[in-house]
Amino acid sequence: MWRRGFPGGTHPHYHKDLSSGKAIEELAAPEEAVIPLHQHTGAPSEPIVKVGDRVRVGTKIGEAAGAISVPTHSSIAGEVKKIEPRPHPLGANILSVVIANDGSDEEEEKAVLKPAAEQTREEMIGAIKEAGIVGLGGAAFPTFFKLSPPKDYPVDTVILNGAECEPYLTADHRLMLEHAEEIVQGGKIIMKVLDARQGFIAIEENKPDAIALMEKLVAGGNGFRVAEMPERYPQGAEKQLIKALLRREVPCGGLPFHVGTLVQNVGTALAIYEAVTEGRPLTRRVATVTGSAVAEPKNLMVRIGTPVAQLIEACGGYRGEVGKLIVGGPMMGLAQFTDEVPVIKGTSGILVLTEEEAVVPDPEPCIRCARCVDTCPMRLVPCTIQDYVEYGLLDEATDWGLMDCIECGCCAFVCPARRRLVGFFKYGKALVMERRKKSAAS
Amino acid sequence: MEARLIVSTSPHVRTDQDVQTIMFQVVVALMPALVGAIFFFGVRALWLTLISVATAVATEALVQWLRRKPITIADGSAVVTGILLAFNLPGKTPLWLPVVGSFFAIAIVKQLFGGLGYNVINPALAGRALLMASWPVHMTADWAAPSRGVMSGIAQDLGLDAVTTATPLNLFKMSKQVLSDPNALAGQVEEARVALAALGSRGTLVNLFWGNVGGCIGETSAVLLLLGALWLFYKRIIEWRIPVSYVGTVLVLAWVAGGTEGLFSGNVLFHAMSGGLLLGAIFMATDMVTSPVTPNGRIIFGVGCGVLTMLIRLVGGYPEGVSYSILLMNAATPLLDRWTRPKKLGERTLMKASQ
Ligand code: SF4
Ligand code: SF4
Repeated sequence: MWRRGFPGGTHPHYHKDLSSGKAIEELAAPEEAVIPLHQHTGAPSEPIVKVGDRVRVGTKIGEAAGAISVPTHSSIAGEVKKIEPRPHPLGANILSVVIANDGSDEEEEKAVLKPAAEQTREEMIGAIKEAGIVGLGGAAFPTFFKLSPPKDYPVDTVILNGAECEPYLTADHRLMLEHAEEIVQGGKIIMKVLDARQGFIAIEENKPDAIALMEKLVAGGNGFRVAEMPERYPQGAEKQLIKALLRREVPCGGLPFHVGTLVQNVGTALAIYEAVTEGRPLTRRVATVTGSAVAEPKNLMVRIGTPVAQLIEACGGYRGEVGKLIVGGPMMGLAQFTDEVPVIKGTSGILVLTEEEAVVPDPEPCIRCARCVDTCPMRLVPCTIQDYVEYGLLDEATDWGLMDCIECGCCAFVCPARRRLVGFFKYGKALVMERRKKSAAS
Repeated sequence: MEARLIVSTSPHVRTDQDVQTIMFQVVVALMPALVGAIFFFGVRALWLTLISVATAVATEALVQWLRRKPITIADGSAVVTGILLAFNLPGKTPLWLPVVGSFFAIAIVKQLFGGLGYNVINPALAGRALLMASWPVHMTADWAAPSRGVMSGIAQDLGLDAVTTATPLNLFKMSKQVLSDPNALAGQVEEARVALAALGSRGTLVNLFWGNVGGCIGETSAVLLLLGALWLFYKRIIEWRIPVSYVGTVLVLAWVAGGTEGLFSGNVLFHAMSGGLLLGAIFMATDMVTSPVTPNGRIIFGVGCGVLTMLIRLVGGYPEGVSYSILLMNAATPLLDRWTRPKKLGERTLMKASQ
């Protein structure tokens, strides 16, 4: 096992047994899909359909706009009813295409591709971009962009991230059990695109069945090795995984390719496989629906654009008093105002907490216990940075590493004074970004 | 959906350990030493402690009520301060002394600076320092003899003054002074030699280990304080850096310079177990509010405490240096935090260009 690890980290309750034994179930297509045109990091895609247009499963409805952007596809067949801003899991209302299902589930014709083995690097990257693939682990960074690092930074190592360290979530675990072969194939495509020399499939020790299965698959010595990682949050965070596995430190302000590495979530590898071999665009994903306020937790294969309420319904509905609805996991997920928000490409799970679990404790003054310092996987001093943000001293906060915070939540998780550290960091970062934008404009 | 959803920033889960549980565990860890204090110094030790705690809690409530602030006595921090202050008193001090000490500790040192989390120096130690400065006689002469053992930890038939040589460290200091005094009489020198030999003997060390010696009520028993330390480590309340670097530094310096036969002849066990070192290193130097938050800061803090403690013990005017050294390092804490900022992950490989 890779015991060397990364700095800090913590051990939240994992609660994965709620859903880890449940095979992925396919959820019926929704009557109405709400597909936001912005589901990825970077510029939103631009609508290329009009109200009244007929679309099929896989029809492109939004075109990539800008260097870091990907197209968006319809996940159902039917008629475009509206194109308007709709509630989005990331908070604001976002321009979305609302499609009424006609029940035919007719598929768009797929682009004719050469067999994967004969495709060039550019052809494969093109297919991945056209398929609208983004990182499915949650960050939703356009994948084609990650696969095209600058020439001066050759990538020699590919890591398939199956750590799934976020508590409660089991979608990646199930994918590894049920689609192991395709994931490894997807990994090989990535290695080929980057001309990488070694590959790892990193899995936390708490998924021994997935580790055993993957180990069997890669036994032939085809470039991949399975890396059993200790159970420690945030093991699956990109920089932490690279540090633990390769002893490489992604420079502050840099990206993994700066240290010759690429990390892709296992679900993304599967999507890459489907895009390159079948020309299939990204129109569905696996999401874990879980938590003690859900009647029957499940792992669901859902169409992008399905309202969250429908996922809950498929899991037997809510149980007891619902306190909080979270898109993502408990450490980094986003609390929602409504269950009408749609599933998007980055939705790895829906977590529903009871009223009791959802109580937000009142913050008290910092007692300088240093627990946040010892747990920070970026080796920051969260208590000090939060002071600076609170007093509006953004230069000092940035100097102490505000912009290096990965918002993993470890610090606030361990804080005995219940301080809302991550809230301050998100707020502070937003202020700094705004200021940078302003100074760039002037 | 009908229910109103709670919306807050991540993370949405938290550890069970809050401020109250931390303080409660510290109180639990202090209980063995309290039992020891009662065992060795009688029920009066219990009274001193109870009065000190009651004063601390009442003062905190009173000040917060006067300042129209929320009353936070339930967090247990005043209880800890009260116990620690009492533990730093000799057994025969008058019962009003902890009242004054605790009131000062809480009202002035803690609340005047803004309450828990904002005080710069440890309230209990500051309270003790005030009492030392104002009522030195009570603080240095009201020793109570331990019920089972003897004041210095060694048999008293050496003909030494029972009061001024009340604690092992006092006797150590006096004997060393005699030895380094060129005008000392031959008889005195001989006596000092015998005393020093006795201090380093197995019998004394055993007494120090159990706590059968003179001293402040909560500081004498090494084993009971270490028991408390084990509890705090087991419950993950304190972290190893400060206590280990503090005690470690004292051990090294005691070995190098604490002996009477030149360098590297010191009795490390004697220095580790005498005076308030263990009480200080385990329970007071580790006070979270007044010690550094950075890992390296904590090491330097502990080493600093150790160096100052030994300086005072071996060179300074007091027999014992634990409280003053911790107070001095408390004052240095903001600077230490500043100077020892940890290197961020990726700072080693920082890209200047992208900044
Ligand atoms: S964990 Fe909380 S109380 Fe402790 S130092 Fe950090 S912010 Fe302060
Ligand atoms: S949220 Fe930011 S500051 Fe807090 S532990 Fe994670 S990286 Fe460190």
